[in-house]
Amino acid sequence: MNQPHPHVSTQPVSAVRPPVTSVGPIGWIKQNLFSNWFNSLLTILTLYLLWKIVPPFLRWAFVDSRWYSDGAACREADGACWSVVGRNIRFMIFGFFPHDQQWRPLLAMLILVGLLFYSRNRKHWKKSLAYAWFAGLVIMGLMMQGGIFGLTEVESTQWGGLPLTLLLAVFGLTAAHPLGVLLALGRQSRMPAIKALSIAYIELIRGVPLISLLFMSSIVFPLFLPEGVTINKIVRAQVAMILFTAAYIAEVVRGGLQGMPKGQYEAAESLGLNYIQTMRLVILPQALKIVIPPTVSILISAFKDTSLVVIIALYDLLKTTQSMLTDPQWMGFSTEAYIFIALIYLICCFFMSNYSRRLERELNVSR
Amino acid sequence: MTETPQDTSPAKISFWYDPAKRSLLYQLGTLILVGLLGYYLLTNTRHNLERQSIATGFGFLQKEASFEIGESLISYTAADTYFRALLVGVLNTLLVAFIGIVLTVILGTFIGIARLSKNWLVSRLSLVYVELFQDIPVLLQLFFWYAFFYEILPSPRQALNPVAGVFLCNRGLVFAVPVFHPAHLLMGICLILGAGSVWWLHRWAGRRQARTGKPFPLIWAAPAILLGGPLLTWLLAGAPSRMNSPVLSGFNFEGGLTISPEFSALLLGLVLYTAAFVAEIVRAGIQSVGRGQTEAALSLSLTSGQVLRLVILPQALRVIVPPLTSQMLNLTKNSSLAVAIGYPDFVSVAGTTINQTGQAIEGVAMIMLVYLFFSLLTSAFMNWFNKKIAIVER
Repeated sequence: MNQPHPHVSTQPVSAVRPPVTSVGPIGWIKQNLFSNWFNSLLTILTLYLLWKIVPPFLRWAFVDSRWYSDGAACREADGACWSVVGRNIRFMIFGFFPHDQQWRPLLAMLILVGLLFYSRNRKHWKKSLAYAWFAGLVIMGLMMQGGIFGLTEVESTQWGGLPLTLLLAVFGLTAAHPLGVLLALGRQSRMPAIKALSIAYIELIRGVPLISLLFMSSIVFPLFLPEGVTINKIVRAQVAMILFTAAYIAEVVRGGLQGMPKGQYEAAESLGLNYIQTMRLVILPQALKIVIPPTVSILISAFKDTSLVVIIALYDLLKTTQSMLTDPQWMGFSTEAYIFIALIYLICCFFMSNYSRRLERELNVSR
Repeated sequence: MTETPQDTSPAKISFWYDPAKRSLLYQLGTLILVGLLGYYLLTNTRHNLERQSIATGFGFLQKEASFEIGESLISYTAADTYFRALLVGVLNTLLVAFIGIVLTVILGTFIGIARLSKNWLVSRLSLVYVELFQDIPVLLQLFFWYAFFYEILPSPRQALNPVAGVFLCNRGLVFAVPVFHPAHLLMGICLILGAGSVWWLHRWAGRRQARTGKPFPLIWAAPAILLGGPLLTWLLAGAPSRMNSPVLSGFNFEGGLTISPEFSALLLGLVLYTAAFVAEIVRAGIQSVGRGQTEAALSLSLTSGQVLRLVILPQALRVIVPPLTSQMLNLTKNSSLAVAIGYPDFVSVAGTTINQTGQAIEGVAMIMLVYLFFSLLTSAFMNWFNKKIAIVER
């Protein structure tokens, strides 16, 4: 009775593949670009726009462009003149730093990049990392300033370009962070006078543009000092940026503090911890961890904001580029030069924001 | 068994361990420190001002400014006072901030929605836009657009002419404007009356729908009223359509309305930069409304337009408005970068004033106060708006 039914096949039927139009590249295009009439119209319109913009740009940037010629030869070409970057790159990156000493800021920047890359991994976040950063910052300062170990001294008035931009951003954030935390604690404080002072400071700083603080540092601040005392221009701009960034960090940290459940405070109190112990051992470690991603976005905007020192005539990356462009030989090629430094900013910020997004994911998982 | 009397009153706390007294002491200490610092700076400053014989006070506001300002909304000459010059600066700042905010919100919303498009090409392109414009410093973008106007655009003789009556050259954007006709005034009045009646109609339609359930097609009625009135007035007045068109004469255009390269570059830079941030805010706001909300609304047989208008937008707006406010403030504050490309905004005029009078403290204080005032005003308005659209808990 084991004979199979004549109409039932015992052989497995080979699976029918889905139609070509719903899988593979064609299916993908159909689903993602031409799913209905509106989408199709949008796709065609976008493609037309891209066709109008991208090929001419590529032609300008890569086909008709000059890479090694001088300014005069550039003027005859139709395309981009990238030699404006190539020929002036050392001035753009290092500013007025003595030519034969430019390996020093380069080394300082490499140390900084190395430290940043090492700090990317959260497994490395230990006490030793803090020491490494401290040592790194000291070495960087030494490399820039010189004066000992047979290095010739370089006045800070000669610092410029990318090292100055990075210096302002890194030192700015390092110093602004503790100040911001203090201000946030002050704003959450139960003492009315301290609370009022913190609120007034934070709201005042957040209400005015950074430029006004930079003006303050460059023209008003010298009036505040006793006669005969002068403070370096870079330091003054740096202080202004620190005071500015601290107010923004304070608001971010306040968000973290407000996110702490009340039970944490009560538990700490019931263990007999005093205010400083409560904050240092219980509240801040948790609150600061929550706000790491927004803190990174403040780092990004602080990095971008360093470009504002152009207005008080400090030679950061943007200012060196601009002053290079006033050279008659290279006048009129600002597009190329600006695209180049935009790329530098873009790469730095892109890495930072990517990192902040990764960190956000990791921290969310661990909670 | 006699009960030993117990002392139930709290133990006597020494002065230093009483939290209330200690906090008073801390506050007093802080205030004294801040006061001393202020006093120290003040005496230094007074001494320095005397030594350099710099005048103090705001008396200079009434003196003659004797510098020209490139563009102005009110009549201004070099013979006017510093006060009027600064007023011109404030108005210029307000102009660029207002137009900038309006354009930014429109462009940012557009790109934020495009980011969520099902069309792969459109969503990718908007992502590229956001990443590109967020990560380049706004000052660099301003310089770029400024250079774009001065270096890339041709001179007036070879001006680009994308649409009839509109010219783009290194003197800015020049376009034709209608010649003034009394009918324009009437059209404006019609528009205001129309807006008023649309508002009234909206309230009436809402009340009627709540009472009887009958919807009113306001979507069609509102544009009809808004556009129809002015259009009808225009036709009744005999359709005055004379235009003041720009004409090339010599090295520049005559007639028409010119928007200077400085203003255009500033507006372009600010709008493109801030719109990238607004796009992210809008996207996050729309994504914050759960999918279930849309599905529930659709199952109640609302149309997709109604879903957006009645379900998604009211909820998304609550998430969007607070960060949007801070972006508007950012745009206003960033407009102070105008000083770098020569647009006569408030900071730029105040800077010139400081250079001429030497009264840096007053100048910088004025800059700070004006921006602080704008900031507080904007956040007060937005707080009010936010409260209005916030969830009413029952």
